[in-house]
Amino acid sequence: MLATYAPVLIFLLVAAGFGVVLLALGLALGRGSRDPQKLSPYECGFEAFEDSRMRFDVRYYLVAILFIIFDLEIAFLFPWAVSLDRIGLFGLVAMGIFLAVLVVGFVYEWRKGALEWD
Amino acid sequence: MDWLTGMLADTELRLTAVWAALPEFVRFVLVDLFKILVVVVPLFIAVAYFTYWERRIIGWIQNRLGPNRVGWEGVLQPFADLIKMLFKQVIVPGNANRFLFLLAPIVALIPALAVWAAVPMSESFVIADINAGLLYVLALTSMGVYGVILAGWASNSKYAFLGAMRCAAQIVAYEIAMGFALVGVLMAGGSLNLGDIVRAQEGTSVLSWFLWPLFPLFLVYFISGVAETNRSPFDVAEGESEIVAGFHVEYGGIGFGLFFVAEYANMILITALTATFFLGGWLSPFAGVPGLAETWIAAPSFGWLAAKMAFFSFCFLWFRATFPRYRYDQIMRLGWKVFIPITIVWIAVEGVMAAFEIGPWAAGI
Repeated sequence: MLATYAPVLIFLLVAAGFGVVLLALGLALGRGSRDPQKLSPYECGFEAFEDSRMRFDVRYYLVAILFIIFDLEIAFLFPWAVSLDRIGLFGLVAMGIFLAVLVVGFVYEWRKGALEWD
Repeated sequence: MDWLTGMLADTELRLTAVWAALPEFVRFVLVDLFKILVVVVPLFIAVAYFTYWERRIIGWIQNRLGPNRVGWEGVLQPFADLIKMLFKQVIVPGNANRFLFLLAPIVALIPALAVWAAVPMSESFVIADINAGLLYVLALTSMGVYGVILAGWASNSKYAFLGAMRCAAQIVAYEIAMGFALVGVLMAGGSLNLGDIVRAQEGTSVLSWFLWPLFPLFLVYFISGVAETNRSPFDVAEGESEIVAGFHVEYGGIGFGLFFVAEYANMILITALTATFFLGGWLSPFAGVPGLAETWIAAPSFGWLAAKMAFFSFCFLWFRATFPRYRYDQIMRLGWKVFIPITIVWIAVEGVMAAFEIGPWAAGI
């Protein structure tokens, strides 16, 4: 078990190493001046008007909430799909009912306009 | 010549002795590092030449030349770009969070490279033959969004912030369509191991690939893949005409380069996964054709996987050169109101197919 997952861990470390080394090389090799104008945030040539950590549209938040619900449902579907050949017709019907409930929720969201974006 | 062969044999003996003297753990790590390099180095070269071919092919489609000056027909262009990027100043904006700002490109790069651990290259070569391979792939591709959010937040710039918000919402929306499509693949494949999914498509001919029974899911998966990697026509996250470059507007030099490598590595990953899930991975399309049996054409090999990946990579560039950019509300509508219903319906269809033992479920459930 550990032996099959150990390469994954090593790969993660190697990938991090690649990133750190390349970034360090870039920081070491790339030289240039640092005056305040150059370090100011890009805003099409204007001085920054206000703090850029501004309020943002609540619909992004809504998308995140919907994402959590649906992603959990997918996580729930995975073990079912893998064991499809062992659970037979009973498993199919049970998941059919679950999906029907899910679809009711989805239709509700749709009708309520949670998926609108304009 | 005798002394040369003698010396070589001597060196070989000594190296074998050194290798045998190493503890088993160290040997394991060394073999593993070698395997990782065998994947990562060609991946970097593939990324480099993907950028080159992108510019050349789009150039040809738009009736111009593309880069053709550095080296023969411009083949050294990617290396010139890399050297230029390394020597450019990495500017950290004055009011940015310095640590997070520098961390973000690394966070974006790690999952883009490390996902390849679970992707089988051929019948026998995969770095980590883990039984939850598909879960690992999904987990790491979802991690990619953290790099984007971190970059957008740490930059403390309006364009970067807007780009990161758009990008994150788009990625999570299409991840659901992708996840549902993968549930369909799992129903047909019966395993989370990517190698086993390919083996489940082994059969008499091309007709046993999942492409046919799961055709709508194939379309949804590939188009979601294009949207997941924020590629044109779904590239509102870096729409030049609206928010300049999106989340990486403040990055220059190698910081930008790392995001670039991560994006292209993710694109190549999408092509590899599409080939694995729907087009039989390393299996040959000519298997089972009379007269070709026992020849290399019908034999499964890495070459076939590479050919399928090359085709889908070309599709990425073709889309970019052909389609105008979607509007943001159209993107969200396509993800939520078209793809998710299609996938749910097709999962139900697959359930019926399984109940009546049609297609991949002919063996009975």
